[in-house]
Amino acid sequence: MSEKFDVIVVGAGPAGTSCAYTAAQKGLKVLLIERGEYPGSKNVMGGILYRKQLEEIIPEFWHEAPIERPVVEQRFWFLDKESMVTTSYKGLEWAKEPYNNFTVLRAKFDKWFAEKAVEQGALLINETVVTECIVEDGKVVGVRTDRPDGDVYADVVVLADGVNSLLAKQLGFHKEWKPNEVALTVMEVLKLPSKTINERFNVQNNQGVSVEMFGDATHGLLGTGFIYTNKDSINVGVGTTLSSMIKKKLKPYDLLEHVKNHPMIQPYVEGGETLEYLAHLIPEGGYNTVPKLVGDGVIVTGDAAQFVNAIHREGSNMAMSSGKIAAETIAKAKETGDFSERSLDSYRTEIYDSFIGKDLKKYKDAAHTFEENPQYFQEYVPLMNQAMNTFFTVDGTPKWDKQKKIIAKMTAGRGKIGLAKDMYKAWKAVK
Amino acid sequence: MNILVCIKQVPDTKIIKVNPKTNTLDRSSAPTILNPYDAHAVEEAVRLRKEHGGKIIVLSMGPPQARLAIRKCIEIGADEGYLISDRRFAGADTLATSYALFKAIEKLKEEEGIELVLCGKHAIDGDTGQTGPGIARRMGIPPLTNVIKVEEVDLDKKLMKVRRKIENGYELIQTSLPCLLTIEKEMNEVSYSPLPNMMRAARYEPIVWTVDDLNDVDIKQLGLKGSPTIVGKMWPPEKSSGAEMIEGSTKEQVEKLLSVTYEKRELFGVKGGEKS
Ligand SMILES: Cc1cc2nc3c(=O)[nH]c(=O)nc-3n(C[C@H](O)[C@H](O)[C@H](O)COP(=O)(O)OP(=O)(O)OC[C@H]3O[C@@H](n4cnc5c(N)ncnc54)[C@H](O)[C@@H]3O)c2cc1C
Ligand SMILES: Cc1cc2nc3c(=O)[nH]c(=O)nc-3n(C[C@H](O)[C@H](O)[C@H](O)COP(=O)(O)OP(=O)(O)OC[C@H]3O[C@@H](n4cnc5c(N)ncnc54)[C@H](O)[C@@H]3O)c2cc1C
Repeated sequence: MSEKFDVIVVGAGPAGTSCAYTAAQKGLKVLLIERGEYPGSKNVMGGILYRKQLEEIIPEFWHEAPIERPVVEQRFWFLDKESMVTTSYKGLEWAKEPYNNFTVLRAKFDKWFAEKAVEQGALLINETVVTECIVEDGKVVGVRTDRPDGDVYADVVVLADGVNSLLAKQLGFHKEWKPNEVALTVMEVLKLPSKTINERFNVQNNQGVSVEMFGDATHGLLGTGFIYTNKDSINVGVGTTLSSMIKKKLKPYDLLEHVKNHPMIQPYVEGGETLEYLAHLIPEGGYNTVPKLVGDGVIVTGDAAQFVNAIHREGSNMAMSSGKIAAETIAKAKETGDFSERSLDSYRTEIYDSFIGKDLKKYKDAAHTFEENPQYFQEYVPLMNQAMNTFFTVDGTPKWDKQKKIIAKMTAGRGKIGLAKDMYKAWKAVK
Repeated sequence: MNILVCIKQVPDTKIIKVNPKTNTLDRSSAPTILNPYDAHAVEEAVRLRKEHGGKIIVLSMGPPQARLAIRKCIEIGADEGYLISDRRFAGADTLATSYALFKAIEKLKEEEGIELVLCGKHAIDGDTGQTGPGIARRMGIPPLTNVIKVEEVDLDKKLMKVRRKIENGYELIQTSLPCLLTIEKEMNEVSYSPLPNMMRAARYEPIVWTVDDLNDVDIKQLGLKGSPTIVGKMWPPEKSSGAEMIEGSTKEQVEKLLSVTYEKRELFGVKGGEKS
């Protein structure tokens, strides 16, 4: 029989690598299997890496990790066709250690992170696809890969295979995601000289900006667009729920072209040479769609478990924390030698007690509310723009009359009560 | 039959950029890979081992990161890997490279016999195809270049029959063993490595030798000093002209492409045809 490990981790994204790193650090014998040519070779993310959760795994990682820029400013743009209302926060305390978050390019970051796990003693195998879990007597005892002599065994298999998680699906932990439970996001990495980036975004060399865009960026559909600044490139992307795309017959690439050519956005991306074009799904079902997390000899982590807070575009951090908690759970189980569902179940409770469970719960109705009530992005964003336009256009109208006009416009569609109801609904969804 | 395969780590020339000012390769612009012909050579060694037994040793001269290319060979199925790595080897042309590799082979032969040496047809960066024959000449064994098939091996009589690619066909040739073959891509398909090989390779640390580990090395024949090659001038091949970029929306591009293809249909051997 082939070699046996304490843990086999499937997928070397943030979830899998965190798990492999932590487990190896605790002295477990770890096999990390990745289908890409190297970890990160095909992985996609807008690019915001949060400090806190990685720091809990590798203290002061920013001295050595391939980060692009620390983010010092977060901008929010509410776009109409030819205007936008903006709000932002810039803080130079974010430009100093320990920083708040960073922009990263996943191809570089994931590769580095996996190398750190290997330094801890994990065995990394690339270019190998796990095709199924090996189940004996209802217990997961290993994985089958697409290679000759490709079976390999372990006490616990950790599924960190990302949003589609065919493996968790095969085990019957979840069904095919519905089109309104995933967002399809496309993005491009555009090469721009760092000097141009500094000028356009008004920052210094080692400072980055994140821009989140709502409203016309997605033609008013549920979703967002973004621009993140790297060292000498920018990431521009846009995504909406798959259901919206299907309903509106939108092609992802056309949506990205629309964003890049939007008169408010075009000056920022002009002249950028496309280095990469990427498309990927994001789990957006949240709390209500979290699958079964634990079975006999198996744990599900990261995107595979739908751990994404779409409202705050947090996913990689939840992936990392869940991977770490999984490794800690397995190390504890190793002490008793009991890897049954009951023994591993403390993973589930710890997840629900952590920020992952709490944040997912807080926003559990958000996506649904915004999907069912398209007026937020379709009507209120243009209205905000019109209100600003009315108020700030100097045309001799007294300000008092302007205010009345604005209120009349705001309530024209749904009436005062309708407006109040919508505001309450939105508040409730995110409170 | 023990087989030694010489392997080289090369920049992926499909991706590499040429520095427009100096006309030299910008090596940092491309990832490094195992020279593709060398992968076929290791694969062939694995097939021969299956039939005739023995051991497969790979040998490379290069910087420390050439370990990765050696690991790739372990994935394919090599038994051991040796890397000769030393600043004194640097800047070698084919003469100095074959000398250094020959010295390492001599050292390896102290441990066990080597019946066959395999090299790639050429390295995709240097492209000279001289290293293999250079090694054979120094070892005093016959070199057979551009081999596409091993037809027969007779270990008792120490004979081997191979098929060589030549300009207008192929040549069937018999040689005595030991000999050196340089391998063409047609030789075989590199197979998908078994998982146990992958795990062995991920853990594998090649044996690294410096100049001091080799015997009776004439330092003057190594590296830049031992390399009579002088690069007179380098220039990128002339770009062929007359290409026309098709631009516009996807629909416009498709229409343009269709109409151009139609206009030039005779190029594809299509005669007549009415535009519909
Ligand atoms: C466009 C976009 C923008 C985003 N922006 C952000 C952001 O700014 N900040 C943020 O925190 N999050 C963001 N996210 C979410 C974030 O990318 C994910 O939450 C995170 O990558 C999840 O990590 P993971 O390890 O669970 O999965 P992944 O990163 O998807 O990794 C899964 C890994 O498993 C491998 N794999 C899959 N199946 C197999 C198999 N069968 N065998 C072997 N290997 C396999 C894959 O190759 C991959 O390496 C964004 C996502 C997208 C798509
Ligand atoms: C005009 C010219 C100028 C050059 N100038 C320089 C220079 O100034 N400095 C410099 O460092 N290099 C230089 N080189 C590169 C150097 O000469 C070659 O890379 C090296 O000698 C191997 O030759 P090759 O790449 O042509 O390999 P080939 O002879 O084409 O390779 C055939 C086979 O030989 C074997 N082989 C080749 N190299 C190795 C190796 N290192 N280890 C193990 N096996 C090997 C492999 O099996 C390979 O498939 C130059 C090359 C050329 C053509």
